[in-house]
Amino acid sequence: MTSLKKQGNQLASSAFQLEVLKTLPSGTPSFATTLSNHEISSISPLETKILQLNLGYMCNQTCKHCHVDAGPDRKEIMTREVMNDVLSVLREHSFQTLDLTGGAPEMNPDFRWFVEQASQLVPHIIVRCNLTIINANPKYYDLPEFFKQHNINVVSSLPFYQKKRTDRQRGNGVFDRSIDALQRLNGVGYGTNDSNLQLDLVYNPMGAFLPGDQATLEQDFKKELQETFDISFNNLLVITNLPISRFLEFLLASGNYDTYMTKLVQAFNPAAAAGVMCRDTLSVGWDGALYDCDFNQMLELPVATTSSRNIRDFDAEALLNRRIVTANHCYGCTAGAGSSCGGQTA
Amino acid sequence: MKKTYYDPADLAKFGDIAEYQKPLADSFFKYYGEVFQDGALSKREKSLIALAVAHAIQCPYCIDAYTTDGLEKGASEEQMMEAVHVAAAIRGGASLVHATQMMSKVDEVSM
Repeated sequence: MTSLKKQGNQLASSAFQLEVLKTLPSGTPSFATTLSNHEISSISPLETKILQLNLGYMCNQTCKHCHVDAGPDRKEIMTREVMNDVLSVLREHSFQTLDLTGGAPEMNPDFRWFVEQASQLVPHIIVRCNLTIINANPKYYDLPEFFKQHNINVVSSLPFYQKKRTDRQRGNGVFDRSIDALQRLNGVGYGTNDSNLQLDLVYNPMGAFLPGDQATLEQDFKKELQETFDISFNNLLVITNLPISRFLEFLLASGNYDTYMTKLVQAFNPAAAAGVMCRDTLSVGWDGALYDCDFNQMLELPVATTSSRNIRDFDAEALLNRRIVTANHCYGCTAGAGSSCGGQTA
Repeated sequence: MKKTYYDPADLAKFGDIAEYQKPLADSFFKYYGEVFQDGALSKREKSLIALAVAHAIQCPYCIDAYTTDGLEKGASEEQMMEAVHVAAAIRGGASLVHATQMMSKVDEVSM
């Protein structure tokens, strides 16, 4: 499987995706109209607490639902120059969390250098590790130790506690290799009762349906992974699939687009809208460009401020006064119990 | 009138039954919603029961709805299939247990 970009698929174009998303099932209101119907004039930003960096779109996996369209054939990567711009901002402003994502962020050749620098400047660093990178190549075998040295919060996708469903979404053999990686992380103390090394897993549905209750699913995952594989972890973060990129391609190809969009719209929850992550998170692209969230980054919808559109021009006040850019894909974060990179929000 | 009796699009129109006899529909949907809340049984257990019943009564709308609902509730394929086997066992058993009637009749009319 290759990326949509490599295939030359028209859905690799963010402009085309936005055109598709403008078309909702008959009688379905746009996201803006739904906000208005609930007397929410706009989603307003708060002080930025989380800086989420996309270190590049290269990945050793090509998952069917990936909103980044990441894969081995993607070459976009954050340079050390951009990383230095980020470090300058971290020196001058305080953030609670630095959230590193990709692709597989560990594949960036400057990943370890950057983590070493950043860990002196920010109290909490998340690495969104796909697990299989840990056993993909001998040069990554020591990642669990590296994460431990820098007290990284490891956040890893595992769509289900069974092989069949996981491999269908993430590729053949991914489940077995993920289990091996989790055991290696447990082996250095991650996710265990007697350490503070945080290991969180991410669940997302394997198709055109909404996720269930986070607490219930966490119980299931903990029981099944412990009993079957002697694996422990801290929290399960439940995330809704947003209708963009490869998941959008799946929805269209399988004839599920209308049903899924209707489901998202009918499940709109004003409380979830109040807790969306874009209010206190800022997304930084591989080239330093700023976005309200990782999804807007993939749709190339930049922050709505002219003076602070790149990390090198970071202006906290201008960003605080910006209008958050929304479109119909935002229904994914406001459905049901809400969805964010930190799990359910409402 | 449509050329087929079942149309998947009709499932989304279930609420439209309130166009006729709205008070009855309102009462039904209120009751329906309450039935599927967490109680002595969890929402997932109720969803699996609904899936089994859907197969027993062979309602395509219900199979459609409660397959998706089961997935949303975190049920595995194995759990959903076991629920259908429960329905099949009861349906099959319901036929077979009547064989006792057949056997009694055989005895009754035989020398």
